[in-house]
Amino acid sequence: MDKIPILRFGHFLLVTIQVDLYDRLALNLESDLIQMVSKTQARGVLIDISALSIVDSFMGRIIGNIAGMSKIMDAQTVVVGMQPAVAITLIELGLELKGVYTALNVEKGMSLLQSKISLPDEDLDNIE
Amino acid sequence: MDLFKALSKKRSRLLELWMQYQLADISLREDLMENEELRAQSEELLDAFLKAVTDKNVENVDDPTYEPIIEILSGISISRARQGYSPKETGNYVFSLRDAILQVWQAEFSNDLAVLFAATLKLNKLFDNLGIITFETFIKGREEVILRQTDEISEISTPVIRVWDNILALPIIGTLDSSRTQIVMENLLQQIVDTGSSIAILDISGVPAVDSLVAQHLLKTVAATRLMGAECIISGIRPEIAQTVVHLGIDLSNIITKATLASALKQAYNMLQLEVRKVQK
Amino acid sequence: MIVVLNKESIPIDKEQDVVLFRNRVKEYTIKIGMGVVNQTKLITAASELVRNILKYAGKGTVLIEIISSGRQNGIRLVFSDKGPGISDVPLAMKDGFSTGKSLGLGLPGARRLVNEFDIKSTVGKGTTVTILKWKNG
Repeated sequence: MDKIPILRFGHFLLVTIQVDLYDRLALNLESDLIQMVSKTQARGVLIDISALSIVDSFMGRIIGNIAGMSKIMDAQTVVVGMQPAVAITLIELGLELKGVYTALNVEKGMSLLQSKISLPDEDLDNIE
Repeated sequence: MDLFKALSKKRSRLLELWMQYQLADISLREDLMENEELRAQSEELLDAFLKAVTDKNVENVDDPTYEPIIEILSGISISRARQGYSPKETGNYVFSLRDAILQVWQAEFSNDLAVLFAATLKLNKLFDNLGIITFETFIKGREEVILRQTDEISEISTPVIRVWDNILALPIIGTLDSSRTQIVMENLLQQIVDTGSSIAILDISGVPAVDSLVAQHLLKTVAATRLMGAECIISGIRPEIAQTVVHLGIDLSNIITKATLASALKQAYNMLQLEVRKVQK
Repeated sequence: MIVVLNKESIPIDKEQDVVLFRNRVKEYTIKIGMGVVNQTKLITAASELVRNILKYAGKGTVLIEIISSGRQNGIRLVFSDKGPGISDVPLAMKDGFSTGKSLGLGLPGARRLVNEFDIKSTVGKGTTVTILKWKNG
């Protein structure tokens, strides 16, 4: 697998990371995702890491980068589905993912995004 | 003449004497073990003893012939530790066998004092060693009890309660050390995932004191909860705790703190945009 | 007294090795029955250190050992490389310090995630980092 699929949901993009990424793949994801944000004018990015058993500082940096880059392109990033063991480890490691929103699952992440960005009403209808 | 071998012929007399000594002990715990059971246990140990000990190996407890004795003795000692016997009672059990042996020898060999003296010295030495083994395994048995209880305490003392849809509460009772914090954190985060709750209330009214280390553990728990995407409220801040927190210069300003569980719950309702109202009749 | 029950040496020379190596460590943690949080802590620490090897030395080896001490079992990992070495170890152990372009959490972060941490480095000769995580530590 050379690319992580990025799904488009109306104004949002959804990325589900299913495998432990090696560095090249993670860097590819970062640039692909930013390209997609620009191309689709997305307002929000959901990164589902529920299948990830390890997030080290490199992976944390990629997530932080994506959030930071998206933000200056007017899109908010929400990381969803972090495993408890991963959360405990990241805190101990000293990586708090500042500036990144988090949610328990995709559904909660989606409503968090909707509350963070004000979409015109007709657009909201189109999402359904 | 092998005084130890000679004992085999006196088995029933020995057992009888040993039982007498044991039963004469005023501290005997009939509540913990039936006399029948005690007799069976003593017989087993005595048989192993008579079979193994000879004049040749008596000075070497590490000899393989002693393995059955040590095994039985350890088993008895560990089970006595679990049953709640005191070390004295367990010690008396072993040492009274020596008294029984000495009495048998005295009756048989009092005409040859030199032989009796030499054998008695060896016997004492042997029982010193057996006594040490008894105490060692006894303490090991106690340690196992303590370890098991420690595990139980840390498990029962951190229940996670689902107080409302989307709201979990976790009353912490007792001191928060780092291993406790780890268990608390794991339980809490797992429950958050399992129930999909977005708010967790950590009630510390049962925590006797908050020092900078405990505060650090609390801060970690809150940070981990937030990383998962849930919010954490700390309640049960008693006046003394507020005082120490400020005096120690601990910064809790990034955390939602409430004095009582009730006000934390109110805050949680607010965050979920819920309202509790009196029914209008 | 620490007894080594099992050992294996894994060479590290390309970035794909990181994920393979992590999986190998995971197999060992499962073998001794380590809980999922301690597993994650150990593997994350290992991941940080193995990345350091790739970043600063280019290649190296990791020795994985299952060890036993009294009633405890654990895993010990020894990361060694023949890279440039670290001139100021105490400084490198500080949070937020990095000579490369990273967050500078690797070494100090890894230390917080394990029970025992030891680092030896000689400039021009290389670096050896040893970490140990007990099953219930």
